[in-house]
Amino acid sequence: MCLWKILVVLQCPSMGCCCKLTLMSKLQVSTFDIQIVQHTNIPVGVEMERFADEADVVIVGGGPAGLSAAIRLKQLAKEQEKELRVCLVEKASQIGAHTLSGACLEPSALNELFPDWKERGAPLNTPVTEDLFSILTEKYRIPVPMLPGLPMNNHGNYIVRLGHFVHWLGEQAEELGVEIYPGYAAAEVLFHEDGSVKGIATNDVGIAKDGSPKDVFERGMELHAKVTLFGEGCHGHLAKQLYRQFNLRENCEPQTYAIGLKELWVIDEKKWRPGRVEHSVGWPLNRNTYGGSFLYHLNEGEPLVALGFVVGLDYTNPYLSPFREFQRWKHHPFVAKTLEGGDRIAYGARALNEGGYQCLPKVTFPGGMLIGCSPGFMNVPKIKGTHTAMKSGMLAAEAIFPKVTAEDPASETAGLHIPEYEDNLKKSWIWKELYAVRNIRPSFHNYFGLYGGMVYTGVFYWILRGKEPWTLKHAGLDSAQLKPAKECTPIEYPKPDGKLSFDLLSSVALSGTNHEGDQPPHLTLKDDSIPVANNLAIYDGPEQRFCPAGVYEYVPLETGEGMRLQINAQNCVHCKTCDIKDPSQNINWVVPEGSGGPAYNGL
Amino acid sequence: MSRVLVGVKRVIDYAVKIRVKPDQSGVVTDGVKHSMNPFCEIAVEEAVKLKEKKFIKEVVAVSCGPSQVTETIRTALAMGCDRGIHVEVSGKDYEAMGPLQISKIFAALAKKEEASLVILGKQAIDDDCNQTGQMTAALLDWPQGTFASEVTIDGETVKVVREIDGGLETIKISMPAVLTADLRLNTPRYATLPNIMKAKKKKIANMKPADLGVDMVSRVEVLRVDEPPTRLAGVKVETVDDLVAKLKANGTI
Repeated sequence: MCLWKILVVLQCPSMGCCCKLTLMSKLQVSTFDIQIVQHTNIPVGVEMERFADEADVVIVGGGPAGLSAAIRLKQLAKEQEKELRVCLVEKASQIGAHTLSGACLEPSALNELFPDWKERGAPLNTPVTEDLFSILTEKYRIPVPMLPGLPMNNHGNYIVRLGHFVHWLGEQAEELGVEIYPGYAAAEVLFHEDGSVKGIATNDVGIAKDGSPKDVFERGMELHAKVTLFGEGCHGHLAKQLYRQFNLRENCEPQTYAIGLKELWVIDEKKWRPGRVEHSVGWPLNRNTYGGSFLYHLNEGEPLVALGFVVGLDYTNPYLSPFREFQRWKHHPFVAKTLEGGDRIAYGARALNEGGYQCLPKVTFPGGMLIGCSPGFMNVPKIKGTHTAMKSGMLAAEAIFPKVTAEDPASETAGLHIPEYEDNLKKSWIWKELYAVRNIRPSFHNYFGLYGGMVYTGVFYWILRGKEPWTLKHAGLDSAQLKPAKECTPIEYPKPDGKLSFDLLSSVALSGTNHEGDQPPHLTLKDDSIPVANNLAIYDGPEQRFCPAGVYEYVPLETGEGMRLQINAQNCVHCKTCDIKDPSQNINWVVPEGSGGPAYNGL
Repeated sequence: MSRVLVGVKRVIDYAVKIRVKPDQSGVVTDGVKHSMNPFCEIAVEEAVKLKEKKFIKEVVAVSCGPSQVTETIRTALAMGCDRGIHVEVSGKDYEAMGPLQISKIFAALAKKEEASLVILGKQAIDDDCNQTGQMTAALLDWPQGTFASEVTIDGETVKVVREIDGGLETIKISMPAVLTADLRLNTPRYATLPNIMKAKKKKIANMKPADLGVDMVSRVEVLRVDEPPTRLAGVKVETVDDLVAKLKANGTI
């Protein structure tokens, strides 16, 4: 179903300063084109004016990057005794509720941001004590020595519950005077007349499923800033618009992704090894499907383990279900023996970047910049992106601060353009790190798949540290990699046993996800006919399998003949996989009403 | 003119899966998503509507608990309440806090603030007690209009349409009175961002139960909290004879 959307045309030169309501009917139009002008009558008695406020810097996204940027700005303001208004909006109901990661945190960026993080009570409670790596076969495990120098080596790192860490960052930010507004989603980018970014607007609330305004309808609010930072995480929805608007991706490869699914388990105390980090590759994936598992033993009182499975979204078999691969991996004897007798207490999923160096876009544009996993600074072989995300936020803050507090910013555009941020990125350790590992992920695209990639890593990274003079390319858009269903074999997945493996819907219930039911579905289709005509006909409806929340279902039409796509938007966990992997690129994820989405607690 | 007290309770969000603490003393609340009790949202909305219709002059939002409840009070302020009162209760007192203690606090506040109405949600979604409104009215010796699905003020009396088992009951009670909100009373408005920003400037007063002369000692001791037993799968049978045989076999008949 197309989104019935109420838009405001902000500037009608012929009509002075009024705002006109535009009720969009089923136009074949991208929801980003705010220049659409189709004036129809405004429903009587509906207040269409938007309240606007000004800050010096507005940050979209309360994750590691956004919060680090906010904190750094306020630290500089304090040092130099200058006033700075920093506002941060986050779509989750509380900071950390949409955060999901393994995670083994490398404290490099944290040491720079808060050298006294321990005294401040940062929840880094589990130093890594043991680091295991295996290649799994259906029944056995081949251990691989974790030599120092290999990217996966975790010496000096901490196993963290990233949601809790992000929550702590939020508390530090508030103490420094950052205005944090969780529960408010940035839904629209605002532009000055000269085309530079003016700020953002939060979503309108109280729109019914059919697009009409309910009694509680209220327009979102505009937040204007001299510069706006976009830290929406992997595959942000506003970032998509910015890439197009400012042509930020013309000199880089299209981003490639993976989906990560995660669970938290309370296990039998006898099996608990706090500080142990386990990674595996191999079974149940075949050698040509990139992916693997993680299992971390936390040390926070309870015998808690964080475990999960990552599948590269460049997989080719439309019958593959990342969720079911994850569930069946848990039955491997090496994994099952840790989980037996335990209880699953949490579940979640999120897409992550895999493109690295080759896929970095231009990150500055008039009026704004991109930070964190949104442009994508994840170090894939290390499977760490938090430290680089934080550092990118800090570098952004350091570049912005002198400009935003200057008497005369001397900017060509109303929104400040600060290319110094990009220069600083290129001189920083983020760039060196990403450059050194740039060839590891693409090296999997060879006949030997996984094994070829491991040989390449062993030779070129471990020995040469990425100094080889060539840069390998990725395979292209993830959405273009699927083979038609008739060329592939369906995969026989085992039924969940309810003890180690579980069905999809009970897993989704554990994510605590929910959305206000009576709102337009936020998973929009550009063309309603394509799912059945293309996705189902050629690829057997892969969205039914790659969505980790059961949002997409092909159900028979009430008339009996044919199928239709049912979108259970309420289940969505905001992972963004559908927007990435849809072979028709017909699904467009837009942000739902703020506060909706998962309620992760320390994932 | 009149002043209304509205109670707002911070509870675990209804969509979150509850987990029992390993020591079985209660449920896990650390880091879990909390929000305003849905019936309290309806109560706040009704109070704000009454103020917009000019029946009352001031709406005061009250919550009892640790520092986190100020977020809930701020949401109420963003919805239109004029000021807030945070009654600080934490630690063991907070865990043992129940309708009796809350109603004593509200009764004391209603007298102190000279309120003409106390509007509460009919029950909280965490304990489902459905007692606080009724106890508050009893302590104050005020009339009560509970399970309200429609409230109309007429001079010094209130007409309340109540949802009861058999249908709807309409009563007329004199003010001051206690009302508790049921689901169909109204649809609460959103606490939008500009209102949250304005709410930061509204006052929230702090006080302790002792300041109101209320002792928080609980007369109830929680011995143990268990998860509900896992539902066993049902068994399908083909014929009535099979059914009878199975029921005999497991001792039901």
